[in-house]
Amino acid sequence: MADLLIELFSEEIPAGLQAPAAENLKKLMTNGMVEAGLTYASAAAFHTPRRLTLAVEGLLDSSPTVQEERKGPKVGAPEKAIQGFLRGAGLTLGDLETRDDKKGQVYFAKITKPGRPAAEIVAEVLEATIRNFPWPKSMRWGTGSLRWVRPLQSILCLLSNEAETQIVPLELDGIAAGHTTKGHRFMAPDAFTVTGFDDYETKLKRAKVVLRADERSAAIWQEATNQAFALGQTVVEDAGLLVEVSGLVEWPVVLLGQIDDDFLDLPPEVLKTSMKEHQKFFSVSNPKTGRIERFVTVANIETADQGATILKGNQKVLAARLADAKFFWENDLREAKAGMIKWQVSLENVTFHNKLGSQSARIKRIAAMARALAPVVGADADVAEQAALVAKADLSSEMVYEFPELQGLMGRYYALEAGMGVDIAAACEEHYSPLGPSDDVPTAPTSVAVALADKLDTLTGFWAINEKPTGSKDPFALRRAALGVIRLIMKNQLTLPLSALLTPADAGAGSADLLGFFQDRLKGFLRDQGIRHDVIDACISMPGNDNLALLAKRAQALQATLATDDGENLIQGFKRANNILSQAEEKDSVEYSYGADVKFAESDAEIALFEALDAADAQIKPAMAVEDFSTAMAAMAQLRGPIDVFFDAVKINADSAMIRRNRLNLLSRIRTTCLSVADLSKLEG
Amino acid sequence: MNTPKSFQEIILRLQTYWAEQGCAILQPYDMEVGAGTFHPATTLRALGSKPWAAAYVQPSRRPTDGRYGENPNRLQHYYQYQVLIKPSPPNLQELYLGSLKAIGIDMAFHDIRFVEDDWESPTLGAWGLGWEVWCDGMEVSQFTYFQQVGGHDCHPISGELTYGLERLAMYVLGVDHVMDMPFNDPSAPIPLTYGDIFKQTEEEYARWNFDVANTDVLLRQFEEAEAECQNILAQDHIDPKTGKRIIMVHPAYDQCIKASHMFNLLDARGVISVTERQAYIGRVRTLATKCADAFVQTAAAGVV
Repeated sequence: MADLLIELFSEEIPAGLQAPAAENLKKLMTNGMVEAGLTYASAAAFHTPRRLTLAVEGLLDSSPTVQEERKGPKVGAPEKAIQGFLRGAGLTLGDLETRDDKKGQVYFAKITKPGRPAAEIVAEVLEATIRNFPWPKSMRWGTGSLRWVRPLQSILCLLSNEAETQIVPLELDGIAAGHTTKGHRFMAPDAFTVTGFDDYETKLKRAKVVLRADERSAAIWQEATNQAFALGQTVVEDAGLLVEVSGLVEWPVVLLGQIDDDFLDLPPEVLKTSMKEHQKFFSVSNPKTGRIERFVTVANIETADQGATILKGNQKVLAARLADAKFFWENDLREAKAGMIKWQVSLENVTFHNKLGSQSARIKRIAAMARALAPVVGADADVAEQAALVAKADLSSEMVYEFPELQGLMGRYYALEAGMGVDIAAACEEHYSPLGPSDDVPTAPTSVAVALADKLDTLTGFWAINEKPTGSKDPFALRRAALGVIRLIMKNQLTLPLSALLTPADAGAGSADLLGFFQDRLKGFLRDQGIRHDVIDACISMPGNDNLALLAKRAQALQATLATDDGENLIQGFKRANNILSQAEEKDSVEYSYGADVKFAESDAEIALFEALDAADAQIKPAMAVEDFSTAMAAMAQLRGPIDVFFDAVKINADSAMIRRNRLNLLSRIRTTCLSVADLSKLEG
Repeated sequence: MNTPKSFQEIILRLQTYWAEQGCAILQPYDMEVGAGTFHPATTLRALGSKPWAAAYVQPSRRPTDGRYGENPNRLQHYYQYQVLIKPSPPNLQELYLGSLKAIGIDMAFHDIRFVEDDWESPTLGAWGLGWEVWCDGMEVSQFTYFQQVGGHDCHPISGELTYGLERLAMYVLGVDHVMDMPFNDPSAPIPLTYGDIFKQTEEEYARWNFDVANTDVLLRQFEEAEAECQNILAQDHIDPKTGKRIIMVHPAYDQCIKASHMFNLLDARGVISVTERQAYIGRVRTLATKCADAFVQTAAAGVV
């Protein structure tokens, strides 16, 4: 058994590419080796900014010898065929066996493929891995043709077993594999040799390199929180930033610094975004004031002055960055105070989509729709329209130009500065929501009106120009927009028939299609809430299915009814009634839909059913009129007993044609009553 | 290595350092450009098979960055130091770090980092991979391995280093506002600060760039430069007067640079909409690509 150690040492690898590259190295190497017959016990990959490392344990010393049997031509076959077979097998005629086959004697070749030493296979697989490595973006350098993410400087490739340690013989465009690597670029730049993985990791640590990324990020987080804690402050968590930062250092050194007082009045989101985007700093907040007052930066070096020079430099850079942010902020506030008119005008020159006009034109459409929606969501029409007109004005602000991710949030600050009401300011921020499944859904009426109008305009617009999502492609995030509309409707229990809103003037047949798109999203949404798909189908078939809140309410009530014993059995009764009736209608070519009369009832069970239906109808109709599905369905479920008794006691196909007709018409009443609640025929089981 | 005392001393040390590494020390290109990359010693010489090593200071203009000399770090006219070596030597990172040492940055006390940066110039039809180099969190240089220029794959690959001189010097000299930076030795008989030399010009240009420049004239000049560039490149390769094969790449490329600068000025005047922007950039790129197409047919690109 052997252990294998590979290190691909290069110039600095982008932080985000390191982890996937380490995984790819592992996958390509182990797959390649196994394919060549070289199995192994375990493998682990590591990454730092300058190295990708793979350690494999329990690797076979050589691939196993393989015996292969090959069937050849018939004895007495043409000489050419026999010679060809011999060439292919690498044998002579004397090596062949002859065996009896169904059609006579046939030649058989026994071929022995000797195993190959691990080093030979590793060298081949490693060369193929490097040459075909799936970097998202790779480059050449110097005069070579080799491609790597940044120039590849050295390859370490060691194979060791109990007896010996050997360098795997491999040379790639002038880079020969060896048994040396280098330590930290500045603190321990000299090359050193290693004998195996344990030795490698130990020596690297001595040479100021922490090989394991999770060890680096844990150390960073531990040290950062400790330093902040000592000052009574907390580090703002940011998992993505932690991963990125640990990919920028081989030897993390955490330094905590202070933000100049001049900048503490900037919105905390601006401080946080600027520090993260430009400097990769963590924000440190003061729990007493809620303000961000400090930062954490992670250096890659220990210095004699304990990082004082580095921290001073970082503070200076931050001050310059924040001076920029402050410049944008103050310019923007001036513009905001003036009413944001200039911003709104400048959006006339910003294209939203070349077939859908400018941002400004889009905003006007949204404003008109927000106004129309206002009464439905309980907002004031003038306020909703005004909010929609300014909600995207911040797209022209300097701050959002610099930090696009602050859109909306800056809009809130600026709307307040412009003297607009808090509801308009909130709409500026909230009208983009909900963005993802974890994003909160707005509930303030003005925000809801603008958020709905924004999404509906996007959907009808892209539908009208036939830019619908296909498969995994949804470049305009239309699925998210539709789901956003659904969540807005549900959360706020809005009675909002969509059909009228989905008919853009020039869409033609598109709106029915778009309603279907909504219903598909709604199915997914309700499924996630545990509603059965057939229950949803039973409700989508009903009138008013463009009113999604109603549809969901109906589905929820039906699901709840089905969960009861009565409900479940009622469905069986309904189905039985419906089947008998449908068969009779088909056979008789008539529709039994009217005229069941209690005076032709013969048995108590039959009379009881008439009475039960009358009682149920008396409850269901008024309940349905006010969309009280629970009451309607509970009343419907009450039919279970009478229906069961009826089927037990009464023979539908009575000898008397008139009695039979009356009973079929009675079944029809069951059908009509049940179907008035939901299309129960769509239910499974 | 002792710390330099002035802006010019940093420039002089870089010149000396890169001369010692064997670079030809060129002078700035005598036209308005947005960055040192536009100098034909970089753009054109990154093409073709002929080895090349050059370093130079390049005054650069970015009209939209003007702040009337008030912002501590932003200028519409500033200096870049540019190094281009083809093919890129295997120790280019070490050579670069040597240059930082030469200007007084002690690696034992500073945090130098190579942070991913995919460089792309849509106007030049060029891209490369490399890094922003950070010193204590500040970007002090761009380090790029050119992969493509003017739409042509580079072979061999050039290594390009670009230093933002003011920012780097302010850091080394410990100055907070660019205008306070000593330009010459502060103990010279007539000490001059950066502000003594450039404060007034920053104001003048900021006003002109943002509010006064005649956009009709700029637009006309853009179009004239574009037409002239195309006209030059459309000429027969054989000069009818001398009978020699003379492809006029550099005169054509001058017109491309000019068009690019006119575009930058128009942009600063705020008269180019977002959609038009792409179209203008595309027009300049077309010129750059044609110049590259022409350059690779010349002796300077290694054609014999």
